[in-house]
Amino acid sequence: MLFDVKGLDHKTLNQKVRSFDTNITISGCCGQRFIAAGMKDKHITINGIPGNALGAYLDGATIEVNGNAQDAVGDTMNDGKIIIHGSIGDAAGYAMRGGKIYIQGDAGYRAGIHMKAYKDKIPVMIIGGKAGSFLGEYQAGGIIMVLGMSHTERRIVGNFPCTGMHGGKIILRGNIDHITFPKNVCAKSATEEDIESLRPELTEFCEVFGCDIKKIINSEFTVVTPDSKNPYEQMYVAN
Amino acid sequence: MNHIEGQVRIPSGCAIAAVISKDGNKMTGEKIIESMKPMHDRSNGLGGGFAAYGIYPEYREFYALHMFFNDRASRKNCEGVLKEYFEIVKSEIIPTRKIPSITDEPIIWRYFVAPLRSMLVNLQLDEKEYVTRSVMKINTEMPGAYVFSSGKNMGTFKAVGFPEDVGVFYKLEEYEAYSWTAHGRYPTNTPGWWGGAHPFTLLDYSIVHNGEISSYDANRRFIEMFGYKCTLQTDTEVITYIMDYLLRVQKLSLDEAASVIAAPFWSTIAAKTDISEKEKLKYLRTVFPSLLITGPFSIVLGFNGGLMALNDRLKLRSMVVGEKDDKVFIASEEAAIRMMEPDAENIVSPAGGEAVIVKVKDGAY
Repeated sequence: MLFDVKGLDHKTLNQKVRSFDTNITISGCCGQRFIAAGMKDKHITINGIPGNALGAYLDGATIEVNGNAQDAVGDTMNDGKIIIHGSIGDAAGYAMRGGKIYIQGDAGYRAGIHMKAYKDKIPVMIIGGKAGSFLGEYQAGGIIMVLGMSHTERRIVGNFPCTGMHGGKIILRGNIDHITFPKNVCAKSATEEDIESLRPELTEFCEVFGCDIKKIINSEFTVVTPDSKNPYEQMYVAN
Repeated sequence: MNHIEGQVRIPSGCAIAAVISKDGNKMTGEKIIESMKPMHDRSNGLGGGFAAYGIYPEYREFYALHMFFNDRASRKNCEGVLKEYFEIVKSEIIPTRKIPSITDEPIIWRYFVAPLRSMLVNLQLDEKEYVTRSVMKINTEMPGAYVFSSGKNMGTFKAVGFPEDVGVFYKLEEYEAYSWTAHGRYPTNTPGWWGGAHPFTLLDYSIVHNGEISSYDANRRFIEMFGYKCTLQTDTEVITYIMDYLLRVQKLSLDEAASVIAAPFWSTIAAKTDISEKEKLKYLRTVFPSLLITGPFSIVLGFNGGLMALNDRLKLRSMVVGEKDDKVFIASEEAAIRMMEPDAENIVSPAGGEAVIVKVKDGAY
């Protein structure tokens, strides 16, 4: 089902999306917020620029955007998949606790801020290009991968990555000698095993965006994790 | 009991947008009004406004004072004072359209003025300083009169309402500018009133701002030592005066001014490999520590012949820049840029503290 949402407000747009049981393609999208918020099933394709908080609280649906996305994509999402054929704004995957976000291009500031995980819920975000500052700020769980495959002259991540990180994992591709990490994390070269464990996610990423997995894998990788189970042990009181 | 706005705290939002033609090509206000529509929910109807550059070519030599008056008496009174300081070459009501969404408007006038030569000589002041002092004097000492725009060949248009309605109210389709900035307001800690809408202007500097300055009082105390008076009950005003002070009085470049208000962290400065850049950043932070603006902001500074967009160093607000042919677009959201130019190219989000400066070709404005 295809419909044009030009000029519709976000409420009407979402009501319309909900009213169809089939997969949907939206065209003429320009800035409407909260698209597909909390949705469980369906495959929603968006042509244009969706507004902030795309797929907030997403609960199983798949969203595919042919273009860039704005801020706070997948805010607190629980399950499902968001695929961006373009770049993404700030605070992508804000506090997400499940599901996947695949970004072909760059991410803005604070990607993966406060991502978390619980039991079998392990959210994954793959950024094909580069990420802004404060990547994985306060990260508590889940996996963030940055592949650095865009042609901008920026570094693969901006300043202050992993600030306040206390769980989960960040994987960076390529040389990262120039990046300063805070004391509460440790950055190690990825082992064969680490790279093998990334393969299923990367394979899916490559299928979605049509890139060559061999080329991606054939590089050095760094795995960043918090350096203890309780990195803030002595921050206020001994606990 | 219903509290009126200003008595209750409303959480933050705000929208900004701007467009400039590097070739100095003129654009009517319709496009910039369109750009505010997808960002409607960022504002709450308590303030909207626009700044337009190049709109008064026939009066380009004169300062265009846009003014709000509470009543006829305050206008008459103020005109008397104006005549003591300026030669008024033209005075008129700013044309507006009656629409249901904009109500309680004050009396809105504009005056094209030139400072009186004799006064300038007597006071031994340059023109711009003289105009600045006159504006401060009117805004602090004349109840019911308020200058909200005072530059040459530019003007601001602002009101309480949603920006797209404010644009219709002021008939912006009738103005032609080479550069426009726009603002939709969502007042946070301060009342929504006509004077409190953005842009905030002094001479040809105008500021539209999305954010909330936590250093406001420190900045205000410092800048008031130099004759500026913060009278408008809102934080953004101080940014305008800081920019005027740094650029006009201290004669800093735009990049330097950006490094003062959005100074990099000391740790970031320490990690710089370019020694002269490092020394310069150190110097600016040391000389102007009280002008560091902390808290979230994304701003667009308008001036004759250009624009500068800037985010706070932590980038706590969004901002996107795009281009197409001779035009550069800046907005809180990419959607706003796409409304102005669906085929905009090179969409980028500048980093925190990274100034984006766009200038019109020399002689084209």
